[in-house]
Amino acid sequence: MSAKTKDRLATAGLYVIVGIIITVLAGLLGFVFVKGIPQLSWQFITTPPQIFKEGGGVGPQLFNSFYLLVLTLMIAVPIAIGAGIYLAEYARDHWIIRCIRVLIEVLSSLPSIVVGLFGFLFFVLYMGWGFSILSGAFALSLFNLPLLVRVVEQSICNIPKSQREAGWALGFSKWETITTIILPAALPGIVTGVILASGRVFGEAAALIYTAGMSTPIIDFTNWNPLSPTSPLNPFRPAETLAVHIWKINGEGIMPDAAAISDGAAALLIISILFFNFTSRFIGNWMFKKMGAN
Amino acid sequence: MMAKTIKEIEHTLYRKNSKMRTERFGKSLTFLAVVLTAAITAAILFLVFSKGLSTFIMNDGSVKDFFTGTTWNPAEVNSLGKPIIGALPFIVGSLAITGISALIAGPLAIGAAIFMSEIAPNAGKRIMQPVIELLVGIPSVVYGFIGLSVVVPFLRDLFPGSGFGIAAGTIVLSVMILPTVTSLALDAIQSVPRSLREASLALGSTRWQMICKVVLKTAKPGLLMAIIFGMARAFGEALAVQMVIGNASVIPHSLFEPASTITSILTMGMGYTVMGQVENNALWSLALILLLMSLFFTIIVRMIGKGKSA
Repeated sequence: MSAKTKDRLATAGLYVIVGIIITVLAGLLGFVFVKGIPQLSWQFITTPPQIFKEGGGVGPQLFNSFYLLVLTLMIAVPIAIGAGIYLAEYARDHWIIRCIRVLIEVLSSLPSIVVGLFGFLFFVLYMGWGFSILSGAFALSLFNLPLLVRVVEQSICNIPKSQREAGWALGFSKWETITTIILPAALPGIVTGVILASGRVFGEAAALIYTAGMSTPIIDFTNWNPLSPTSPLNPFRPAETLAVHIWKINGEGIMPDAAAISDGAAALLIISILFFNFTSRFIGNWMFKKMGAN
Repeated sequence: MMAKTIKEIEHTLYRKNSKMRTERFGKSLTFLAVVLTAAITAAILFLVFSKGLSTFIMNDGSVKDFFTGTTWNPAEVNSLGKPIIGALPFIVGSLAITGISALIAGPLAIGAAIFMSEIAPNAGKRIMQPVIELLVGIPSVVYGFIGLSVVVPFLRDLFPGSGFGIAAGTIVLSVMILPTVTSLALDAIQSVPRSLREASLALGSTRWQMICKVVLKTAKPGLLMAIIFGMARAFGEALAVQMVIGNASVIPHSLFEPASTITSILTMGMGYTVMGQVENNALWSLALILLLMSLFFTIIVRMIGKGKSA
């Protein structure tokens, strides 16, 4: 077989591979959207689920997912920004720093179920918070810290050195340079990364089943006092998220329309992830333009 | 007069001023954040190790039984008075699923990456790359759910059995890790310098010879890393696998019989055992295996990375 025939055969083979992949991936997205979108209605995304009857919704689960996301970001982002600043600006090549970097890398490679079990042991049992939003938010923060630290460190490292020198020339201390010049300039990168990580938090389930729990108590959306047990804002109540809900009703759901509800919930999840992807691109570009103008 | 000026210089330059204080404050605050992140990892490692080893230390479990035994019933003891903790079915299940998924997803992903970088860079960049980036972000539960409602019934119709098993798990995981591996492989292939490609073409090689002998060879460490990342993700995946594998704690005789993995048994069992008892400690030993495997994957990736930069 001549080299030219081989080349043609290989190219054809690659087209076949890509054809297979596109079919599978398009089928996957198509399946979720075609079966799921007809399920979506205002009633579906606002009413609580039914246990024995059909016609239940996923309202509390959707709220829980967003609330958990907000809490997780409130815990993880400040720590990640601090750690990212140190690693990018202050850290020297020292064996302690190298050890710390290895540990952070190990944390990022741990399976989510292991992090969830650690959260179960530490937050749920040892700290005594029980199955609660707070335990779930802390577990998810641990799980996403390494990713966020890397995002912050990368965004800060991408700022040209001349900006730092400009700050020092104006008599700023290193810390002042970081807070007044570097961080604002790195903000578009950080925000983009945080929104992308949000998608990961939003869809995570394995780390949550033993931390945030698999049930939602009856919550009253007119009660916004965070200390009241029926308030949606109470951080010490168990909270089943959308992703956990999909898993749970496929394993033990006894409502007659479990399949239809999972279809709808899966479509809702993917639409949310799409939304996070587009916002991150849009906000990143918008902020970059705004910052770049002056 | 003179003395006063010198005093003033000392006063402004050498006294600790508020700037130095904020500088020190900021530096220690950020250092604290770094130490906290590292300490969390250390705490996780310590807890999982101490819990996982207590099966063998406190409950007198045998390490040999754990890795070679095929019966999992930690609540009971065998004739020697040791808990029955044969984890071989789960270890085999996890390894089989991870290995076969890598064998399926690896070539497909590398093929797609070659296509996107060498054959149709325009279509690749404009259409395939965004779609693949989107698919990387799809939650694993969704993959499990699709597996449960499409792959399992499909296998049930084609092959004897219920459709649950290693085959279903493998298909779900291959599709799940495919986007991740593809985008990492694409990075590896695109980082091959353009001049190498041009040199190869100038020597008269066809495009396929150039891809095979130059691009793939140069990108080999990066491609290996991509596949290992995919394997690590497959090995640690819990819910998507648990939904389609059938959860039977035996070593399956075929790919279409129900089986179990380490993660599936952890997901199923943890809620039904009481902290501190043998049944629970045995599950933590499984979590320890999971952790050791993920450390192993990290070490391999680091070693390949080091070899690449050297």
